[in-house]
Amino acid sequence: MEQPNSLLLDLMENFEEVEHGLTNQEAIEEANRCLYCYDAPCITACPTDINIPSFIKKIASGNLKGSAKTIMAANPVGASCSRVCPTEELCEGACVLNHSTKPIMIGNLQRYATDWAIKNDQTLFTAGEPIGKTVAIVGGGPAGLSAARELALLGYQVTIFEAEEHAGGLNTYGIVSFRLPKAISYWEVEQVKSLNVEIRTNTRVGKDISVDEILSNYDSVLLAIGMSRVPDLGLKGEELAGVYDAIEFVKATKTNPITDQFVGKKVAVIGAGNTAIDAATCSVRLGAANVKILYRRTEEEMTAYDFEYEFAKQDGVEFRWLTAPKEIIGEAGQVKALECVKVVLENPDKDGRRRPIPLEGSEFFLDADIVIKAIGQSRYVHLIEEFQLEHDEGIVKIHPDSYQTTNPKVFACGDVIFGKGQGDAMVVSAAQQGKESAYAIHRRLSAKGAETA
Amino acid sequence: MADLRTNLAGIQSPNPFWLASAPPTNSGYQVQRAFEAGWGGAVWKTLGDPILNVSSRFAAVSFNGQRVAGFNNIELITDRPLDVNLKEIYETKKRFPNHAIIASLMVEPKQEKWHEIVKKVEAAGVDGLELNFGCPHGMAERGMGSASGQVPQLVEKQTYWAKEAATTPVIVKLTPNITDITATAEAAANGGADAISMINTINSLAGVDIDTWDTIPHVAGKGAHGGYCGPAVKPIALHMVGECARNSRINVPISGIGGISTWKDAVEFMLMGSTSVQVCTAAMHHGFRIVEDMIEGLDHYLEEKKIASVADLIGKSVAKYSDWGDLDLNYQVVAQINNDVCINCNKCHIACEDTSHQCIDMLKDGNGNSYLKVREEECVGCNLCSIVCPVDGAIDMVEVANGLPPMTWNERQAAFGAFRASSILNK
Repeated sequence: MEQPNSLLLDLMENFEEVEHGLTNQEAIEEANRCLYCYDAPCITACPTDINIPSFIKKIASGNLKGSAKTIMAANPVGASCSRVCPTEELCEGACVLNHSTKPIMIGNLQRYATDWAIKNDQTLFTAGEPIGKTVAIVGGGPAGLSAARELALLGYQVTIFEAEEHAGGLNTYGIVSFRLPKAISYWEVEQVKSLNVEIRTNTRVGKDISVDEILSNYDSVLLAIGMSRVPDLGLKGEELAGVYDAIEFVKATKTNPITDQFVGKKVAVIGAGNTAIDAATCSVRLGAANVKILYRRTEEEMTAYDFEYEFAKQDGVEFRWLTAPKEIIGEAGQVKALECVKVVLENPDKDGRRRPIPLEGSEFFLDADIVIKAIGQSRYVHLIEEFQLEHDEGIVKIHPDSYQTTNPKVFACGDVIFGKGQGDAMVVSAAQQGKESAYAIHRRLSAKGAETA
Repeated sequence: MADLRTNLAGIQSPNPFWLASAPPTNSGYQVQRAFEAGWGGAVWKTLGDPILNVSSRFAAVSFNGQRVAGFNNIELITDRPLDVNLKEIYETKKRFPNHAIIASLMVEPKQEKWHEIVKKVEAAGVDGLELNFGCPHGMAERGMGSASGQVPQLVEKQTYWAKEAATTPVIVKLTPNITDITATAEAAANGGADAISMINTINSLAGVDIDTWDTIPHVAGKGAHGGYCGPAVKPIALHMVGECARNSRINVPISGIGGISTWKDAVEFMLMGSTSVQVCTAAMHHGFRIVEDMIEGLDHYLEEKKIASVADLIGKSVAKYSDWGDLDLNYQVVAQINNDVCINCNKCHIACEDTSHQCIDMLKDGNGNSYLKVREEECVGCNLCSIVCPVDGAIDMVEVANGLPPMTWNERQAAFGAFRASSILNK
């Protein structure tokens, strides 16, 4: 194999994790600062109810294995969440020290404890006594892994069907390496595997194995398939070389060797969610000369977390608000420029959304070599329909208390139920839903006793 | 600037801060550095027949990341020849004539030994003597230090022997490793001591290494008990100073020792009856420079309190230190939570609920916001909630008037006794 040249080595370094973990000394000092609140608001603020004061106390006492167990027991993807959770909106935002000094670095401490477990090759849990029942989980992302872990602890024989080469879903493929290295997600997958959970990778349900087979061979089925590719913009020029799907683009930076194809290029990212930020910062790190995010609304409406927005600005990403793409201009089959139009926002409608209206005559051209689409994700509608589940534009309908779909045997959680006021998009919420749907499946299968088939 | 000059039984120093007899006062070089830094006096590391030391010698106790909350040592008295020490004492005194140099002494409990060493060190020009009856390790196994310091008759007799030869003031340093320190303090006074100092270190084993199972510290895998000092022992020392200060049979001034780390600690010891204070662990932790803040902080405190001389602090709290039987049973305080300052950590609730009197409720207001409230009628005023509260001003202990006249246990028993006596007489 050829050695990467120095330019590539520099680019590769750009994808090393940005945040350094706490040193032992820092972690112990910070852990000792925790007040160890009773009925602590940080626990309430955590979607997975991690007993935060307890895991922090365990860091202070030197019981790191216990600390990691406390975290991972409540959140089977707790190592990833320590890196990607919007902690200032969750645990750290709720820390009582916000009212006196400064909040505890809960995310960093969580990372410290889980990093210890990863580095020391710890296996934290053991499978429950087999109870002779089977569950199929479609999708090995945060929601599916979390459900699998809980079911395995309860003694179920769990099989995960994963379309990709590795499980982990968004954590493995969708969150940029410099925030969440693959190794972290892989460790979480291994923890689940260690409970005798079978993970059939490279197995796309509906193609490599039929929906009927799954429905008939398992006592229950959990659909945790997440979301699909970025939908089309519906613009002229979308087929040109140099137009990317942000999800695929980020995935490539985590799976393929780092490329020098972006060096010196002008990049336009369409959309302003967390994935758009990821696409933009990845582009910067691949050596792009200029990276712009175009959004048809304003800073107010964008869905990216504040810390992601800050991070992008620090990476030198430019933001063009109230700007919509109109056409992608090509030359010899390659992106050359982007025609844009300025928009204004209507007064809020009854849902409070302000619709963007193109401003006639405000068209302008932006030089661009690369256009990355990051306007949300489409849904696996076809697969949902193969399962014959009721859905609303790809958002599977569930009973909110039980995650049960319109087929009583099939449950659903994670991004596949997120949208239209249902669910939440965070990794940590998917983990909690995975747990809750596992308990719902357990309730159903244990209540039904022997007649589960 | 307030007058910080101190006079302990005739030993004068520019301020009340002395270095205790310990590793920091091992040599002329160190004591001179200390005087340059501002220390008012130094009690030279104990002189006697030079000993052999071991390696290692010290250990400390950390608490929740706070280093040196307590300190433990198994080092013995000076390991340097007496004549070297005496030469350095002479040189140091010559360079710093206004600073107090006190020689700490430890010899076998024999009259001639005491006479011999007292004469030698006084010839070197010391301002006073401190008899080390406190060192609890090593020397005690040879019948010296705390071994003699635990026997009132030996304390009295040896003090007497030292006084027979001494022309400078004699301080007797007491061991805390005894049930009632006033017994040995009184013995020292009876032996003619001009002053007493306390406390020496407390018998201790700093820890056990949970990986090697060795003691901490260890010497080639073996340990022996040491002497404990540092901030953790301050309350024990303060109690012993207070007990001696309020005892009418112990009419000698006190030099307070034990966990003094700041000017505030020094003020507390002086209020409880110390004339000077001696410091060791804080200097070993941070160096001699800490005395600058001690002097300045004390001066500013006196200035703020409009007290002209530090001597006016001595013993001012002694009368307030009494026996349990003299406490007013009808005095009542209750906890009150200031909800605008409270940060809702709920530590007061769980401490009260699990370990005290179950009178702090976790409640929600009309808007669903959490708040804590004390059921004052059930509060016994124990202070626990305000102790565990991490925020200044969130919990006040407030005096409540209950209309009852002051009544101590002793008064109550006396009243009962009188009542019973009169009932018998009236029968």
